[in-house]
Amino acid sequence: MEQELKPELQIRKVKGPDGVEFEVEPLRDYYCEALPTVQHGAYFKIVEDFFNWARAESLWILGFGTGCGAIEMRPLMTPRFDAYRYGIQWRPTPRQANLLVISGYLSVKTLKRAIRAYEQMQSPKYVVGLGSCTINGGMYWDSYNTIKRLDDYMPVDLYIVGCMPRPEALLAGFEDLKKLIRAGKAEGANQYAEKFEWYKSNQKRVIHDWDMPDYNW
Amino acid sequence: MNLQLVTPMRDLHTRLQHLFPLGELTEQRPDLGFVTVPAAYLRPTLLHLRDREGYTHLVLLTAVDWLEENLFQLTYLLSNRTTGRDIGLRVKFPRQAAHMESIHDLWPTAATYQRELREMFGIDFPGSPRLHEEFILEGWNDIPPYRRDFDTLKYARANFSDRPGRETHDPEQHMKQQLYPDGA
Repeated sequence: MEQELKPELQIRKVKGPDGVEFEVEPLRDYYCEALPTVQHGAYFKIVEDFFNWARAESLWILGFGTGCGAIEMRPLMTPRFDAYRYGIQWRPTPRQANLLVISGYLSVKTLKRAIRAYEQMQSPKYVVGLGSCTINGGMYWDSYNTIKRLDDYMPVDLYIVGCMPRPEALLAGFEDLKKLIRAGKAEGANQYAEKFEWYKSNQKRVIHDWDMPDYNW
Repeated sequence: MNLQLVTPMRDLHTRLQHLFPLGELTEQRPDLGFVTVPAAYLRPTLLHLRDREGYTHLVLLTAVDWLEENLFQLTYLLSNRTTGRDIGLRVKFPRQAAHMESIHDLWPTAATYQRELREMFGIDFPGSPRLHEEFILEGWNDIPPYRRDFDTLKYARANFSDRPGRETHDPEQHMKQQLYPDGA
């Protein structure tokens, strides 16, 4: 289904500060046309292991709460549970983060923003799904507006069960994620690049008003 | 013997009944009543309540889908901040080509409610600002989801894939099994 582009994405004439008028085609000029590519590991295993160790100790969460689970991140990032002592920190923008925590149910509308946020993050990047809503829909299993399986739309490295998982469960989950990364098993970003077509077709099946570039980088 | 206390709500209702053909008063609480209004008299009743009776605050505007009777019902809940009393006006009208007079000029906030009702119930409010812009849903392509003839389970099954292995238990039966496995 072809959507009419939003005004900010339409081709338009812009006058620069030097008075020269030029044409802007936002989808081509503001976004990268190249699709994501698979990043191969280092040639020597010991080097890749070292990289993975460094990656595991450097988790920066994007402060993007999608459902009720976002409420569990507040005690986690403040002195009560203090995730910072494990080297886990929150960042305000996708460009500065490498871990996207989908904290609960995702409505179709939020899914669109989550995809944009995920694609703007730099590789290597990881996705953690919180709670039963991201696993199989949870209590929103018959909802007209929430997705049921997060891994249909983005590669999930780890799920943390619960409704909602407590901050302790999140801490345990992050420790597990570190183990996965150290073992070189958290390859979500590469999976996304490999099966990009499949992910895109799934995303477009539920997001009926697709009015953004295919890859938001 | 029909003895009824003259409560403030009942008093208001009697006064209103002299002016408009209102239905019976349902007194939910001493400070909360509901009354049915014919669609043609909605606007004058609202204006009268707002300007003469001190019901200056539109608390909410919401809809009920009476599918079996083929009617939509709108409830306009007004509040009198001085006396702390609320009155709800109920208007019923047919579901087919559902439309209602817009009251965005009486309360600007009504425009937002009307946008939501247009999107979720498909009720048209001609003249209401930005009525046909998307409000909550994006790219919705089915009948309005709050209508009761919209099958949300069917929609979810058709659009979102299930993860196999999900089990559903009837809570009562499940707890019975758990607590009394012998069936005592």
